[in-house]
Amino acid sequence: MSIEVSRVMDTPTPAPVPQPPRTHMAAPMMPSDKPRAVEPLGEPKIAVKDLRFFYREFMAVKGVNVNLHDKRVTAFIGPSGCGKSTVLRCLNRIYELYPNQRATGEVMIDGANILDPKMDLNILRARVGMVFQKPTPFPMSIYDNIAFGIRLYEKLPSQDLDVRVEQALRRAALWDEVKDKLKASGLSLSGGQQQRLCIARAIATKPEVLLLDEPASALDPLSTQRIEELIAELKPDYCIVIVTHNMQQAARCSDYTAFMYLGELIEFDETGSMFTHPKMRQTEDYITGRFG
Amino acid sequence: MTLYRRRRLTNYIILMLSLGATAAGLIVLFLILGALVWNGIPALNGTLFTEMTPPPGSRGGLLNPIFGSIVITAAATVLGTPIGILTGTFLAEFGRGTWVAPAVRFVNDILLSAPSIVIGLFVYEVMVVPMGHFSAWAGVVSLAIIVIPVVVRTTENVLVLVPSALREAAIALGAPRWKVIVMVTYRAAIQGMLTGVMLAVARIAGETAPLLFTALNNQFWSSDMNGPMANLPVVIFQFALSPYADWQVLAWGGAMLITFTILILNILARWIASRGSFQQ
Repeated sequence: MSIEVSRVMDTPTPAPVPQPPRTHMAAPMMPSDKPRAVEPLGEPKIAVKDLRFFYREFMAVKGVNVNLHDKRVTAFIGPSGCGKSTVLRCLNRIYELYPNQRATGEVMIDGANILDPKMDLNILRARVGMVFQKPTPFPMSIYDNIAFGIRLYEKLPSQDLDVRVEQALRRAALWDEVKDKLKASGLSLSGGQQQRLCIARAIATKPEVLLLDEPASALDPLSTQRIEELIAELKPDYCIVIVTHNMQQAARCSDYTAFMYLGELIEFDETGSMFTHPKMRQTEDYITGRFG
Repeated sequence: MTLYRRRRLTNYIILMLSLGATAAGLIVLFLILGALVWNGIPALNGTLFTEMTPPPGSRGGLLNPIFGSIVITAAATVLGTPIGILTGTFLAEFGRGTWVAPAVRFVNDILLSAPSIVIGLFVYEVMVVPMGHFSAWAGVVSLAIIVIPVVVRTTENVLVLVPSALREAAIALGAPRWKVIVMVTYRAAIQGMLTGVMLAVARIAGETAPLLFTALNNQFWSSDMNGPMANLPVVIFQFALSPYADWQVLAWGGAMLITFTILILNILARWIASRGSFQQ
């Protein structure tokens, strides 16, 4: 069993030309891992090149290069303010909501630069779903919460819509808990259920990429575990990017880990290697709890 | 010891002062309500709601001014609310980081505190004079101008309270901006927005000065929006100043009617607001 791992090393100077992915063989050593797809990774789903991000004049992300793969979970870890959430927010350009925020560089998704001003943001966001730290159910029924996203893109007869809503809720492991109260307010659910509702809502529009911004940090341990199980179940179908403060969580549910510090990508590696043999001093200090 | 006693004494004095101020306010309020009820009850009979304003010395009611007030207030609300809500939406959702928003907010605050008689005069100049006659429409416009700034303020305030995470979540699904606002933000803020509209209605229900210059008054039944129309505040103004006892009784009756309608609207607004916007 072998896997091709493509890595883009942290580069202190911007690398305008895409580096050919260096490949090496590595046996995955994920403790919680079931037998994994052995197919080679091939082209990255998302290639981030020299990404810089500015809040007004302040540069919060300083030239990040990283490749994110389909059917894999990539975790971004690092201390608060290191820019990991900001990188995530560039992948669907959600930052465009606010004036004075801008990104430069390239974010190629399937070969197209999504930072291009001509990019249709609504279509981009249909392809790149996002789940936030705090559960954000809309003030409407559970059913409508899911249907909201689907209705944006598809005009479905109500039976088909019912099917899609059920699929999404099943996929998010929420169906059994809510199937008898689909008309109830989304706000009536518990925090963990609300977060799974948000994940169901995000996957209902059939995205290709799933961005999870600290999806479990507002939840209790049991709900957290359910979310992590859910991530493992969703992995075969999506390119999942998760930002987390919880290093155990990164170790448990990701295939690759990116460590960021002060706006720079310090190290990117297979999760197993990163947590057992970090190459950079800062990474080691962080994952052993010496700072952060 | 003396220090301690002095503190207690100061505390006592301040407490008494604030209690006294509260009592003074409440006493005045209840005196007004008491006088209204005391003098208004005699007017409360069947004819108050069924007959027109009478000539002096004969029986009558307030049917035409009640009708006029409802029509003018309703039309002004219908006219002013959408403008107010859309402006408030601009300030809260689109105006951030532009120079236009603070300017609009400043002008709106001036409008909010503008004396209503000035607004009446303005509408008199731009509508009544060119049209050549007083009209209910002019009254509607002047009251709508009072509605707008109230609704702008409350709408902006409640929209800003909607967590931005909710907006981001809807945007992240690929929803266009207008859909996010209409289907998510408004839904989350609907109670607060309704409260604002109710307060605006309560505010214009008793406005007299703008109507004196615009809708004026009408002794008879009229549903013609293009002509002068009877309305409670102006009828109260006219009847209360008159030397005729039966007119004065009707004025008290009308005053009681308006006051309790506004009271009910305010209580309703508070009740709606207390049900919370988006929290469960």
